[in-house]
Amino acid sequence: MAVTFQGLGAAAALSLSGSFDPNRLHLPCRRSLSVTRLSFVVRLEERIVSGSNLPPRRAQQLVSKAVATKADAASASTASKPGHELLLFEALREGLEEEMDRDPQVCVMGEDVGHYGGSYKVTKGLADKFGDLRVLDTPIAENAFTGMGIGAAMTGLRPVVEGMNMGFLLLAFNQISNNCGMLHYTSGGQFKIPIVIRGPGGVGRQLGAEHSQRLESYFQSIPGIQMVACSTPYNAKGLMKAAIRSENPVILFEHVLLYNLKERIPDEEYVLNLEEAEMVRPGEHITILTYSRMRYHVMQAAKTLVNKGYDPEVIDIRSLKPFDLYTIGNSVKKTHRVLIVEECMRTGGIGASLTAAITENFHDYLDAPIMCLSSQDVPTPYAGTLENWTVVQPAQIVTAVEQLCQ
Amino acid sequence: MATAFSSIGVIQNPHCESRSVPSRKLYSAVLGSTQKFRFNPPSRSISGCSETLGKPSPIYAISEVFKEKKRKSASSSSGLLITKEEGLEVYEDMVLGRCFEDMCAQMYYRGKMFGFVHLYNGQEAVSTGFIKLLKKEDCVVSTYRDHVHALSKGIPAREVMSELFGKTTGCCRGQGGSMHMFSKEHNLIGGFAFIGEGIPVATGAAFTSKYRREALNETDCDHVTLAFFGDGTCNNGQFYECLNMAALWKLPIVFVVENNLWAIGMSHLRSTSDPEIWKKGPAFGMPGVHVDGMDVLKVREVAKEAIGRARRGEGPTLVECETYRFRGHSLADPDELRDPAEKARYAARDPIATLKKYMIDNNLANEVEFKAIDKKIDEIVEDSVEFADGSPQPSRSQLLENVFADPKGFGIGPDGRYRCEDPKFTEGTAHV
Repeated sequence: MAVTFQGLGAAAALSLSGSFDPNRLHLPCRRSLSVTRLSFVVRLEERIVSGSNLPPRRAQQLVSKAVATKADAASASTASKPGHELLLFEALREGLEEEMDRDPQVCVMGEDVGHYGGSYKVTKGLADKFGDLRVLDTPIAENAFTGMGIGAAMTGLRPVVEGMNMGFLLLAFNQISNNCGMLHYTSGGQFKIPIVIRGPGGVGRQLGAEHSQRLESYFQSIPGIQMVACSTPYNAKGLMKAAIRSENPVILFEHVLLYNLKERIPDEEYVLNLEEAEMVRPGEHITILTYSRMRYHVMQAAKTLVNKGYDPEVIDIRSLKPFDLYTIGNSVKKTHRVLIVEECMRTGGIGASLTAAITENFHDYLDAPIMCLSSQDVPTPYAGTLENWTVVQPAQIVTAVEQLCQ
Repeated sequence: MATAFSSIGVIQNPHCESRSVPSRKLYSAVLGSTQKFRFNPPSRSISGCSETLGKPSPIYAISEVFKEKKRKSASSSSGLLITKEEGLEVYEDMVLGRCFEDMCAQMYYRGKMFGFVHLYNGQEAVSTGFIKLLKKEDCVVSTYRDHVHALSKGIPAREVMSELFGKTTGCCRGQGGSMHMFSKEHNLIGGFAFIGEGIPVATGAAFTSKYRREALNETDCDHVTLAFFGDGTCNNGQFYECLNMAALWKLPIVFVVENNLWAIGMSHLRSTSDPEIWKKGPAFGMPGVHVDGMDVLKVREVAKEAIGRARRGEGPTLVECETYRFRGHSLADPDELRDPAEKARYAARDPIATLKKYMIDNNLANEVEFKAIDKKIDEIVEDSVEFADGSPQPSRSQLLENVFADPKGFGIGPDGRYRCEDPKFTEGTAHV
């Protein structure tokens, strides 16, 4: 315990900019989690680390870097354990493997997850370790194998269904909407469906319209499911584990361009909270809400903004359904200005829902209308230049902040 | 071979000849099982189907093993297919199904239940023939025409009727309704409103059985899953995708097609390029069997073999039961398209009457015993209506329960607490 405490003390001494405030250690916590520093330390020891309890030094690192890379200096790591470095897809695999070790009912099914190791290598090596039945190579029949996963979940297993690309899961929409979301309710609570549906989505590098879809907007209205989006190796592993352990059906959105992000993550086991948002960079002037890949565009814009004298608060909402209205609300109450940056389309996307939710709940705290930067309502073009213009770029984010903060 | 089946009174169709299975040395061992599963059918061609007259009869098969067993079993020592006890049990189950469905119609027209209600009258032989052979741990997956499957599987009539009335005492707390009967206790996994969407779920239940046996090393786990669905579903992609996967992994599942020739108003013959559904089994590497679904004894024989196959780990079977629904597609269907002559033909083959006649002719039971069962069932069904009538409607607080198995899924509210901790939440008035 004492060792960790020293670690925090060391971190408190770091101050890259005048805006660092030791009081920031009191990151928004759930009421059930104690807010005192002492119990925070205790919780680290107990290995229950929630996303909002990230040590402050991480927030500082992210300001200076658009994308999380290797830890800056040895002193930046917690003094207790060194942690290990890995890429995001490896973090997902680690989380999955740990859960499969822990619970023999956890199994994986999807196309090319077994012998091929997964088209993005998330399940590499797992079939060798766990066998062909626990890491099942399915035929190309998304609707049927997603439904099979649901039936297996209802009868006692905990399947992780992989869509090779999230877009392919459109073929499984019937099963996801009708069966995954609804059966717990229509059965009067008799059957639970602890399934995880995961896969990469989002706009990649010239993958074409159909491989560049953002399904979170289509799935968000389905009652009975939860949706989370990972964005760093740390939260990828934690969310994967949380999703598998959850009794609810969870859709885990990964992003094609984020699989090779490298980060140092703790050696000890940790599980994140599915319903919580992640404070990426505390600030005063404006709340920027984002998720998945856009987090990095936002952080890149934040660099520019800081140089221009702005102090943005960046929150990675992580939980796309339900929204963490506590973290978001606290931020809105502090900054009074909201910018949402997302990769979803303009119409009916996550940003649209989030705008509605914030307006409904925190209208009185807003000094300016909520601005939502989303992708254009176009099928993603193949041409690189056009593709860049469909998604939100850091320059647009900077402009938007300047506009909102006038 | 023909003599082995004379006792079950197979109707010989002069237009159909028997044909043995061609040698299939090309196929893998999975298909090899098709070889053993071979017998001569004929049941009748689909009525009204002039196109199939003159075609050779379908290939069905019952394995040699079964024929051996049949010779040894007590019932067959007398040449009969069923003992008295089994016969009365089967009769009672079919009468329960019939009586219950008739009562449903009455209740619907009296305004006690609403929405889409699909009745099973006429098809009782399929439900009883298959489900009465199952253990409690075996799973049944059905469609929207699921009341009788629920009853056969063991769900009390009271719970089914209450569910139809939308009361809290229903098997799904009133939240599912006619098309969504579920029971964890009796392993009835739906009740599905969209056709075909239950078949992958059934495949998943069968997958769990295999997984438990092979990955979790519960070597005595031999649970079988039955998936019931209709002729219309057999043109749906999910059906074929699941036939493939079930045969590929030899899942312990039986696909039971209740071919009643009509998908609402669409005749099976008008919508299907090859109307003989059983044929689609061998295309995927599993036996395909056609059986007279109006005769519970025939259905039972085929079911025993198919379920036995699955239990032994030999893989899935596709069973096409030729049957008929005496009523319309649902209680809202005026049923004007079907030929009255066709209806009359099938009404003459009423499964309950057929079984009764068989048992009386073979001195297995008498009229008095049947009347006693009829009376008993009447009382059960009346009681179920009374129970359902007297049961409470769901209160407002039930609205948000059961949306999530873990209600933390409703998320964290602006005050920092989980929404489900909000006292208003249990009242069903919380704003989610």
